[in-house]
Amino acid sequence: MEIKPPVPQIPAPVWKDIKDLQEWQELHKSRPATGDKHSSLFEQVTDGIHAFPGGFAVTTVADNFLNWARKSSVWPVSFGLACCAIEMMATFASRFDVERLGMVPWASPRHSDLMIVSGTVTIKMAPMLQRIYDQMPDPKWALSMGSCANSGGPFRHGYHVVKGVDRVIPVDVYVPGCPPPPESLLNGLLLLQEQISTFRRTGRRAAPNEKVD
Amino acid sequence: MTYDRARELLSQITGVTVADGAPPLTVQVPAEQLAAVAAFIKETIGCGFFAFLTAIDLKADGLEVVAFVDNLEDGVSVVLRAKLGAGNTSCPSLAAVYRGANWMERECYDMFGIRFEGHPDLRRILLADDWEGHPLLKSYAVDTPHPPFR
Repeated sequence: MEIKPPVPQIPAPVWKDIKDLQEWQELHKSRPATGDKHSSLFEQVTDGIHAFPGGFAVTTVADNFLNWARKSSVWPVSFGLACCAIEMMATFASRFDVERLGMVPWASPRHSDLMIVSGTVTIKMAPMLQRIYDQMPDPKWALSMGSCANSGGPFRHGYHVVKGVDRVIPVDVYVPGCPPPPESLLNGLLLLQEQISTFRRTGRRAAPNEKVD
Repeated sequence: MTYDRARELLSQITGVTVADGAPPLTVQVPAEQLAAVAAFIKETIGCGFFAFLTAIDLKADGLEVVAFVDNLEDGVSVVLRAKLGAGNTSCPSLAAVYRGANWMERECYDMFGIRFEGHPDLRRILLADDWEGHPLLKSYAVDTPHPPFR
């Protein structure tokens, strides 16, 4: 009886051997904290009120009110990169109607609160994406939509694609899928609204979301 | 112009090898004769439509430029192949013969680093101007870092 040689197995990837993930970690360690440069005086005043006896009642009520207002009118900048943008447009259209969540796709980054990175970010496009993000007023949020924006997706080992948009801008919500259907994006937008409702201060990340983290 | 007549005409040119087999007509051309043979194909065989131009990296044997031209009236297609030889990245440009070759040669330069002699405006077309290397070469490492975004 003939004994067949064993089928060669592809070895499982070892974290130490994945060079680009190591570099990604290094990059995140060295990235300086970016925040609103104009609100330090405002923060000092509110910190003073908060430290005053009984002042916490004023600041927390004000925070809750402001966060309610922020999460009820998140305006995403209409910025489509690839095929995910088709699903994003479907989400903005009448069937999945995001206007009931208070979202209006707006054509100017200067009036927007949210950037939906919908699609593949190439290395040539990344500086433009960063410039659009920098033009948005604080406080601002970013949602990474689809596999390409999350991690590079099928083009991760190509030569021209940024391996995750979080190497360019800080991201609050990741929506998986290739492309994510409008229901997924809506779920991501609702999670973002929950994050905004616990938002405390500009330039700092929100508390971890128990549903996803 | 029929397929057989085109084969007969092309095989009379010295240095040009016409491959056997089904259409399209595959012609192996020495690199220095490429522009002249392309002009002959355009004028005599009537291949006025320039379909594409690309290259193949044969590793140790160097690069090979491949161009595909069509005679749309008579349905005759010709594939031009020119081996550049090991280590050689210089090739005569077809942009003077076919205007459609202009951008395709720029793309070929962008991806393979082939310098088309006589091209009017040879610079990168798809990648950024400060890109280092030519990504479709076999020697290009896939994980070559591109700071600051990788």
